[in-house]
Amino acid sequence: MTEQSIHLRVRRQDRPDSPSYWQEFKLPGHPDHNVVSLLMALREHPVTTTGERVDPVVWDHNCMEEVCGSCAMLINGVPRPSCSALVASLTQPIRLEPLPKFPVVRDLLVDRTRIDEGLKQVKAWVRIDGLWDIHEGAPRIGPNEWAANYLYSRCMSCGCCMAACPQFGPHSDFLGPAPLAQVRLMNAHPTGRYDARERLHAIMGDGGLSDCGQAQNCVRVCPKEIPLTTAIGELGRQTTVQMFKDLFGPS
Amino acid sequence: MSQPSVIVVGGGLGGLWATVRIADAGFTVTLLSLFEVKRSHSVCAQGGVNAVLDTKGQHDSVRQHIIDTIKGGEYLANQPPVKSMCEDAPGLIRTFERMGVTFSRTPEGLLDQRLFGGVKNKRTCFAGASTGQQLLYGVDQQVRRLESEGRVIKHEWWEFLSLLRDEAGVCRGIVAMDLRSLEVRAFMADAVVMATGGMGQLYAPKTTTSTNSTGAAASRCYQQGAWLANAEFFQFHPTAMIGHDKTRLMSEAARGEGGRIWVPRTPGDRRPPRTIPEVERFYFLEEFFPTYGNTVARDEAARAIWTVTQEMGLGLGGGDRVYLDLTHLDQAFISTRLGAILEIYRKFAGVDPVTEPMEIFPAAHYGMGGLWVDFERAADGGIANGSVRNHATNIPGLYACGECDYAYHGANRLGANSLLSASYSGRVAGESVVSYLKGFAGTRPGVREDLIADEVARQQGLNRAIQEGQGSECPYRIHQDLGALMTAKVGVVRANPQLESALSELRQLAERLDRVDFGAANPWAHQGLVFARQLRDMITLAKVVAQGALARDECRGAHYKPAFALPIPAGTFPGDPAFEAYRARWQENNHQWLKTTIAEHHDDGPRIHYQEVDLSLFPPTDPRDYR
Repeated sequence: MTEQSIHLRVRRQDRPDSPSYWQEFKLPGHPDHNVVSLLMALREHPVTTTGERVDPVVWDHNCMEEVCGSCAMLINGVPRPSCSALVASLTQPIRLEPLPKFPVVRDLLVDRTRIDEGLKQVKAWVRIDGLWDIHEGAPRIGPNEWAANYLYSRCMSCGCCMAACPQFGPHSDFLGPAPLAQVRLMNAHPTGRYDARERLHAIMGDGGLSDCGQAQNCVRVCPKEIPLTTAIGELGRQTTVQMFKDLFGPS
Repeated sequence: MSQPSVIVVGGGLGGLWATVRIADAGFTVTLLSLFEVKRSHSVCAQGGVNAVLDTKGQHDSVRQHIIDTIKGGEYLANQPPVKSMCEDAPGLIRTFERMGVTFSRTPEGLLDQRLFGGVKNKRTCFAGASTGQQLLYGVDQQVRRLESEGRVIKHEWWEFLSLLRDEAGVCRGIVAMDLRSLEVRAFMADAVVMATGGMGQLYAPKTTTSTNSTGAAASRCYQQGAWLANAEFFQFHPTAMIGHDKTRLMSEAARGEGGRIWVPRTPGDRRPPRTIPEVERFYFLEEFFPTYGNTVARDEAARAIWTVTQEMGLGLGGGDRVYLDLTHLDQAFISTRLGAILEIYRKFAGVDPVTEPMEIFPAAHYGMGGLWVDFERAADGGIANGSVRNHATNIPGLYACGECDYAYHGANRLGANSLLSASYSGRVAGESVVSYLKGFAGTRPGVREDLIADEVARQQGLNRAIQEGQGSECPYRIHQDLGALMTAKVGVVRANPQLESALSELRQLAERLDRVDFGAANPWAHQGLVFARQLRDMITLAKVVAQGALARDECRGAHYKPAFALPIPAGTFPGDPAFEAYRARWQENNHQWLKTTIAEHHDDGPRIHYQEVDLSLFPPTDPRDYR
């Protein structure tokens, strides 16, 4: 197999408050390369196309099996996990940029604390008495309902949907698609639904469901193909019902 | 000091379970993690988690789960903790279910169970093909709830550097580093729980583990006096897929459904695989193991691949890979049966295994060894609930759980027991810590401020030394050399001369690390510095693995040293004089080697001694016989 060189452009940033700049690199190609393995090769020999030796590119990665969510970045303008971005399938020069909408820590490393905050805000958990055995499990869940729930439980907080969403970002309080989809998941659990009202109230105010502009970008970029817009649609119905309950009587 | 507090280091399954159990008891937990806890390596476990529910009409029993776990580990695990873990497994599953974990269901809406390697009954709960991810998220959500109530304080993006011990040697806190600012500071606590995961990165890139599974934290505890146990036992998964960054697991199901493993008979044959005629293919598992063929056990398969590629020189293109071939099977059949796992290969290798053979090799998967932890035996043969000794290391006030401890798997781990041991040990460690805290009478004197300041200054000095280092070395290249060395000489098949040379090469790697040069690097979020520090501790850990392997002159579980193999004489059976003579040799070997390896740190290298294994429930009477 002939080794063709790979041309890489990386948007770099030294500190959270410093301006970004571009650097270009050329590396020997290898048929197996994905973007993470490429950056690993680069850090052993971080020299730009102009021959300048620079600090290795800083980025986040861990499992490299597209299940931990760490390594998401903007690759040729598309937010996606970099471990599963095979170099052979990418147009060159390959442009790597930090995941937009989140504060840059350094280079391609971003701070996704806002996803975590969103999950707290919507109470994305099932309240249980404690982590001890109560000698029974949860109520049964039919296989069809399980299949629908399972889609949402695979969300790995990579932030791609948030990065692609025009409504989410430093300019707005919008929770974004990932935490909203967890409301859909928790409200479907047979005991999780006991707190459905609190979760729905958490998404009925500012920054909640009504801030969704229905651009549908989220569902297009989700690496796990989670039906985020379906969840948002279902939550629209749930919040409408909740609104009537709030108006006309105790629920 | 008012209310006692606890530090938990690591936010995988073990660490999060410990965190919740301690917080549930009313104590504040400070949780440190290298990254957001939900990105921990627990998410990588795909297959499932074992618990006897006996819902499949097979008369499965907890007793059988205990026996399978003990025999799978070739009797090297202490039996009381294994017994209690297997007994408590169904309760853990019920608790996970209450948290909302999306376990796969039967048509009746109950938890489904599947068959897994090494056992005869369906005993494995699963959540699609992402069980570990689902279990971790379940506990992550509970921790987030406690965090929102102020009962857990998370410090993500902090790295554990060292333990703080008072004048009596009791662990009273840690020193840690902010991975962004590189600020080094002390965190004080009344107890510390290490839940820092495995050490597969010693074998990188030929490992299925995440890049943060370095073992550095366990190594740091070891260098401060904590014992490491059974470090030489490392499970290699035979079928991991190609990758320069890491190797990704290819499920055993691919062999189970009819996949065949082969190499071309001619060394270095570079023809496309599908053009190589049948007669020129070497289906070596089928030739070596006529009865089991391609479905032979994990360790046997890994050793056969090792023999064919390393000793016979028949690896693909002269390398270390072999083919795992599904192309002879019906395409619709394999797509239905193996769809999800084949998708992983397509995604990461960019090749369709339905039409092209996969290229695979054995990869370091799970370390059975780790920090030594104690237990207290109860009258019923299990462990005593709530004893302060359970999961306590030999350093007072320091506990360990999850893959970084050594407690449940002996010489080899049963499939789908890792998520179980991580969860169970986290729960038990948490409960032990609660007992430990409740046992304090009155207040203890604080740790002397000068001791704390000295340790912080020492750690800052280590950072400075790296920043000011001069030379031509790059830590990432040294890491590659470490992985290659460990794979070649402390891997699937071991021999004493190679182990000795590995130990001397490890010393050279440590010396090269003194000559790492980052130039005038930007110190903000300096990943290279962080990694160089981890790498030094990984090399120290690798010495323990190699030293333990050198000292142990036998074959047991994942530790395979052919010069000391004790094969059953062919064609003999119990009662035959030849078999009975063999049985006597086997018993003599157990008498000498059925012992826990314990390594203690000294400046000139690890010192090893052995400890008796608690065999009080099922003493070994018969050799393993798979004929």
